[in-house]
Amino acid sequence: MNEVALPQPQRNIVSRLWNDKETRQVIIQILAFVVIFAFFFIMVRNAITNLEAIGKDISMDFLSQPSNYDISQSLIEYSSRSTHLRAMTVGIINTLLVAVFGIALATVIGFLLGVCRLSKNWIVNKLAYVYIEYVRNVPVLLHILLVHGIIVNSLPTPKNAVVVNEVAFLTNRGFFIPSPDFQPLYWVVAALFVIGVIFSLRFRKYAQKVQDQTGKHYPVFWICFGAIVGVPFIMYFLLGSPIVWEIPELKGFNYSGGLVIRPEFIALWLALSIYTAAFIGEIVRAGISAVDWGQNEAAAALGVTRGRTLSLVVIPQALRIIIPPLTSQYLNLAKNSSLAIAIGYMDIVATIGGITLNQTGREMECMAIVLTLYLIFSLLISSGMNWYNNRIKLVER
Amino acid sequence: MKVVKTAAIAATLSLTAALSLGAQASTLQDVQARGELNCVVTTGVAGFAAPDENGRWEGFDVDLCRAVAAAVLGDAEKVKFIPTSAKTRFTILNSGEGDILFRNTTETMSRDVDLKLTFLPVNYYDGQGFLIRKELGITSAKDLDGASICIQTGTTTELNLADFFRTTGISYEPVAVETNEEGITNYSANRCDAYTTDASALASIRAALEDPSAHIILPEIISKEPLGGAVRQGDDQWADIGKWVVNAMINAEELGVTQANVAKLASKAGNNPSINRLLGTESNMGEMVGLDNAWAVRVIAAIGNYGESFDRHIGPNTPIGLSRGLNALWKDGGILYAAPIR
Repeated sequence: MNEVALPQPQRNIVSRLWNDKETRQVIIQILAFVVIFAFFFIMVRNAITNLEAIGKDISMDFLSQPSNYDISQSLIEYSSRSTHLRAMTVGIINTLLVAVFGIALATVIGFLLGVCRLSKNWIVNKLAYVYIEYVRNVPVLLHILLVHGIIVNSLPTPKNAVVVNEVAFLTNRGFFIPSPDFQPLYWVVAALFVIGVIFSLRFRKYAQKVQDQTGKHYPVFWICFGAIVGVPFIMYFLLGSPIVWEIPELKGFNYSGGLVIRPEFIALWLALSIYTAAFIGEIVRAGISAVDWGQNEAAAALGVTRGRTLSLVVIPQALRIIIPPLTSQYLNLAKNSSLAIAIGYMDIVATIGGITLNQTGREMECMAIVLTLYLIFSLLISSGMNWYNNRIKLVER
Repeated sequence: MKVVKTAAIAATLSLTAALSLGAQASTLQDVQARGELNCVVTTGVAGFAAPDENGRWEGFDVDLCRAVAAAVLGDAEKVKFIPTSAKTRFTILNSGEGDILFRNTTETMSRDVDLKLTFLPVNYYDGQGFLIRKELGITSAKDLDGASICIQTGTTTELNLADFFRTTGISYEPVAVETNEEGITNYSANRCDAYTTDASALASIRAALEDPSAHIILPEIISKEPLGGAVRQGDDQWADIGKWVVNAMINAEELGVTQANVAKLASKAGNNPSINRLLGTESNMGEMVGLDNAWAVRVIAAIGNYGESFDRHIGPNTPIGLSRGLNALWKDGGILYAAPIR
């Protein structure tokens, strides 16, 4: 009698489970979770044990102690008597300042570069190409040191300052510019400006509605311009120019009075913008190139002008491709601002993660704070950009 | 799931225990087993610790690293130098990466107590001063109102500076930089009117500037800066070794033991019991601290006494040109007063 070879039943439960696709996935996930959990557990546990071994505790009390150090650039009231928490706030503001200005300038330069790269003018095109290839292949730290070196070494000392119009003074200690001192009446002008902005937003919607319904076209731009700029401008002079400008004066070693923009801020701002702009330029070029040429031809066939084709047909579609990688560039710029320490710009890393850390010896606490702050900044930028991306993305029905 | 988790925790616990046990062996044994001393120094202050043109570390602080290596390992060359910024120095020492620190470091209460360090005897009494261009015509630090001042961040100097300007009620712009080199670059480029740090380091910076005679160090000393070595808190034997190596060098100068005559003096016990105890021909001082009795002989043979090291690197005949001042022996009018080896 011939016995038919039947498949042998699985010998043990483990291999049977392993051979089942779904169970295997669950097992792998559990294993991955355990390994990751164990890794972090070891790290934290090790840190705590070693801190205990040298008798150090984890405590945030130092934040309320006086910092005892001075900071050169501070947008809020700060002295060496202020607390470490206050010093940290100064650092946060300085980081945000350079990140916001950097993102704005990088975007402007980046879009210009992107457009230049698409230009049919050979010189413009190649200049943009050379710029991008040079800038993005050199580390950003070198850009920062280079710009700082140029400002500090090429600009004169305060005694020989470059004087612009007798009101602004360029020196290697910073750019000293007049600061506005707002008189009470000025707030009328400010209020008019806010009203103008609100009016313009409403009016634009209204004009759109009228145009959709009747085809009647309002000169929206000029009306809004008049409301936002024109009315406050006329009021400003009617009220007798209620801003007094404080002009910097040379006193002893440096200029005093007015506003000062430190070379460290300028160097960091320019370097980060120049660097990130090179990447943004390529993203913009890619985005515009990705819009099919047929779209241009279709618009032209309908008699749409070149400018309107760009603003109504090409750019809205290009933005959908540009925004997601642009978000990463904004995040990079914000995080790269931590290189500020190299030239002594007082950002978060230099204040709480630098001087405070060093003077109090609270490495764990300070580093945890710095990490958390960067995480918050990045998540904020990210969520802002995601909101914008959702607004402009193709609505699928 | 629960079982797996518990197993993971148990494994973690035992691993952690093993890790922390490893870190607690005595530093002396660690260093001797490794055959090399990890010495935390500065990234470069001429005269105190800086690599020379051949890449060999030289300086007053470097000598102390070599002295400890000579005492502990029997060879002054078995030192690995760890250059650190002012900011990273204590972390590197406390994490165990460095065994001992000689890095123009000011002894302060918070560093001693809160940063968990044990300071070795002061090897240089210093104070904070200002380096400034002669052409500015300033003669006193009180005339610095509104000046931009370069400081190295992470040092006691930035705290002293804030205190000084607050108490004198004048304003300034601090330009905080990460390393000494960057401070010098900024000062040379006229980004700051003055550079401030310990007066000894200022002398070394001034000597390295293009035209040293165009710069002066203001007469005011605005702080006390007792500079000394340091070790991690909690290993008393290791702290004792560091302490007595420094003391041995100072005592050697006091007793007239030099690099030239140490071999002869150590060959047999002489008439002076103090010298005998220092050089191990009498009593067994070295064994008490976990070394052998010829420890100090090796130190002095390799490095010389305190005065010889001082003269070689920072003394009046060097480009740094510091006089002994407070750092003369107590019997010569200074405050250098080492506990006796007895």
